[in-house]
Amino acid sequence: MTAAPYQGVVIATPVSIPYVRYSTKDAHWFLARALSALLKTSGLKKSDLDGLGVSSFTLFPDTAVGLTQHLGLSPRWLDHLPFGGASGVIALRRAARAVQCGDASVVACVAGDANHVDSFRANLANFSRFARDAVYPLGSGGPNASFALLTSHYMQSTGAEPADFGKLCVAQRANALRFPSTLFKKPLTLDEYLNARPIADPLKLFDCVMPCAGSEGFLVMGEDRAKRLGIPYARILGTIERHNAFPEDPIQNRGGWAMDQDHLYSQAGFGPPDIDLFEAYDDYPVINCLQFEGLGLCREGEAPAFIRKNTFTIDGSLPFNTSGGQLSVGQAGAAGGFLGLVQALRQVTGQAMKTQVENARHALVSGFGMINYDRGLCTGAAILGRA
Amino acid sequence: MTDALKRAAPRNPILPLRVPTLPPGQRSRAALRWTASVAEGRFELQSCHDCGQIQYPPRDACTNCLSIRLTWKPVSGRGDLISETLLHHSNELYYRARVPLRLGLVRLAEGVTVLTHLHGDCPVAKANESIPVRVRAHLDKAGQAALIALPATDTPNMADDRMLREMTSDPKFRKVLITDGKSATGQALVKAFVDAGADIVWAGLSEPWKQPPGFDAISKLPNVTVVPLELTDPRSVEDLAGSIGGKVDILVNNAEVHRAHGIGDRRGTETARAEMDINYFGLLRLAQSFGPALRARAADSAVPSTAWVNILSIYALSALPGQGTFSASKAAAFSLSQTLRSEMRGAGIRVVNVFPGPIDDEWTQTLPPPKLAPAALAKAVVKALKDGVEDIYPGDVAQDLFTKWQESAKVLEREMWDQ
Repeated sequence: MTAAPYQGVVIATPVSIPYVRYSTKDAHWFLARALSALLKTSGLKKSDLDGLGVSSFTLFPDTAVGLTQHLGLSPRWLDHLPFGGASGVIALRRAARAVQCGDASVVACVAGDANHVDSFRANLANFSRFARDAVYPLGSGGPNASFALLTSHYMQSTGAEPADFGKLCVAQRANALRFPSTLFKKPLTLDEYLNARPIADPLKLFDCVMPCAGSEGFLVMGEDRAKRLGIPYARILGTIERHNAFPEDPIQNRGGWAMDQDHLYSQAGFGPPDIDLFEAYDDYPVINCLQFEGLGLCREGEAPAFIRKNTFTIDGSLPFNTSGGQLSVGQAGAAGGFLGLVQALRQVTGQAMKTQVENARHALVSGFGMINYDRGLCTGAAILGRA
Repeated sequence: MTDALKRAAPRNPILPLRVPTLPPGQRSRAALRWTASVAEGRFELQSCHDCGQIQYPPRDACTNCLSIRLTWKPVSGRGDLISETLLHHSNELYYRARVPLRLGLVRLAEGVTVLTHLHGDCPVAKANESIPVRVRAHLDKAGQAALIALPATDTPNMADDRMLREMTSDPKFRKVLITDGKSATGQALVKAFVDAGADIVWAGLSEPWKQPPGFDAISKLPNVTVVPLELTDPRSVEDLAGSIGGKVDILVNNAEVHRAHGIGDRRGTETARAEMDINYFGLLRLAQSFGPALRARAADSAVPSTAWVNILSIYALSALPGQGTFSASKAAAFSLSQTLRSEMRGAGIRVVNVFPGPIDDEWTQTLPPPKLAPAALAKAVVKALKDGVEDIYPGDVAQDLFTKWQESAKVLEREMWDQ
């Protein structure tokens, strides 16, 4: 059964707080800045916010609850989103239903993380119970090894070549050079990609995201409210989420999208050919391939051929990760799960400046999060449409 | 193929001492239960009592039926290597000193995927081809269970693999102190360590005017050096630590006084004191004198210091009333060994406790068989070090009593009345 449409609900106000490699500030500081930017951009007062969705790894010992008192907010609807890279899409679909059903009138969704010197290592050590018991003690040092194992298997079973992944990374870097707040300011060539320092075979330096600090945010509200405020907004045409999909697969070579893509497109009322740009979750290039396949842009196992056939810069045949994605902007913890959604919102509302894709009507966004043990558990996707 | 281990070159005194670091050691309680079986040399996976589901990592409920009645089932470790990576970078100090590091995903015959270290002789993983391997569970340097996949069949120099050696304490090329080289057990231990390729075996000799048969031959074995050691005398222990403490890689404390008395059949405390003086205080003196240097050298060469072995007794767990004071001294030593293990843990020095049943020597003449031959005990000790096991219960009596003790210590207490 197709889920009910998000009638009368819109998403607005894309906000990115510039990323920094290391910061002495806490997550609270970055989240406060995102909220403040949301208010400034929308013209809303703090008291107008009656809903709040928060995603952060480094807010501990606080959760979204502590943040309300920390920032002096009194929302009647509150959501804490521990979904990592899938938190943006999931924040959106929950906030949209809350607004649609009247549980809240304006929901601010924010994600952000601190990155102190050595805080990345400390987070890894206690990322999950399974990671602590069965992954971290083996020296895998976080997601690099997990994704290396998935990448190696994917390359062998599909014939993907390093240059296929490299093509995506190089295109994303070209896109990033037009994006104001990227941490990577230098162009990347395919040669540089292919000859980079090995990290965890077959992954090399430019396959891995750089941890950093920063935050992202957006607002969800009724269409009437957005009109009254006079701010650009976009429609939510379809959303899906799935957790721990295909647990019987010996190794992850598909994500939850493959279970749910039909729901997504039937809710939107159109299919992959009508997608104008794609903001995927790109913490490692292999996951882009699983998203191309899982979201029906190509068939299972055929992402390498899809990459060879297409171009991914802003003016390419499939504009892809048009801000540069996490690989070229940086991964500010949970904000990485918002980066693509916030950029997609800019695109379909015509606010993407130098990264603007021409005639961007439909943006596909997807998220992927939480390598709990041997695979990522959370997947989500959304389609935003020009209003 | 694994390169054969070479004898460690003499230490360059100009280079700074490499301080031991450990792999991450935090675990959930369910994982600690798994570690406990690994410490005793078993490889088990969690299994659901109600539906038989096998699962890993350890959980609090069954993934298939949500039952909380979880048990542990021995598994073969057979499986297929489905993917691998060579890690060039780690955030943890311990692994930064050990990259590049091979890790793999293995699909076990039981239908679960496990992340493992990969032995260097495992063939390269292929996505579309079955690459059989044998997964083993070992204690890592932090004393916690970790998995390593070995090639399907044995290869030359297999035990010399770099990561496998992190999890084991093979005596090959190591310098070993046997605190009592004179007793039947001591002589067997000296011979077993020489046979296992130890670089030096120091055989402790107390009361040198009393030399039993066989000791002369043992002391003439290659690589054996007799050293004076009176465990009752703090100065003797300190003197020996001063001369060889900075070289010992494995210390085997087998010295003991063993008399066969309960409480009522002998007046006074002298015998009991003599037992405590060697069996308990002897261990304490050794630990204070030899412990610090052993800890300090745990990462300082390709063949660093690695283990401390205590020969205890199965009667440390449940007293044999006919040898009550001996049992009590071994129980005291057992308790102290747990503190020693905790203090050695920070350096990754493995404390191996050996709980034999009656050993076939002069003090068990009136006990019926089966009794453990000293050579069998020595062999079990060397095997425990090679396997990286923490507690062993060698011999039929020890196995029998350990099983009963695990089932119910209280029932065993009554059964011991008739032993």
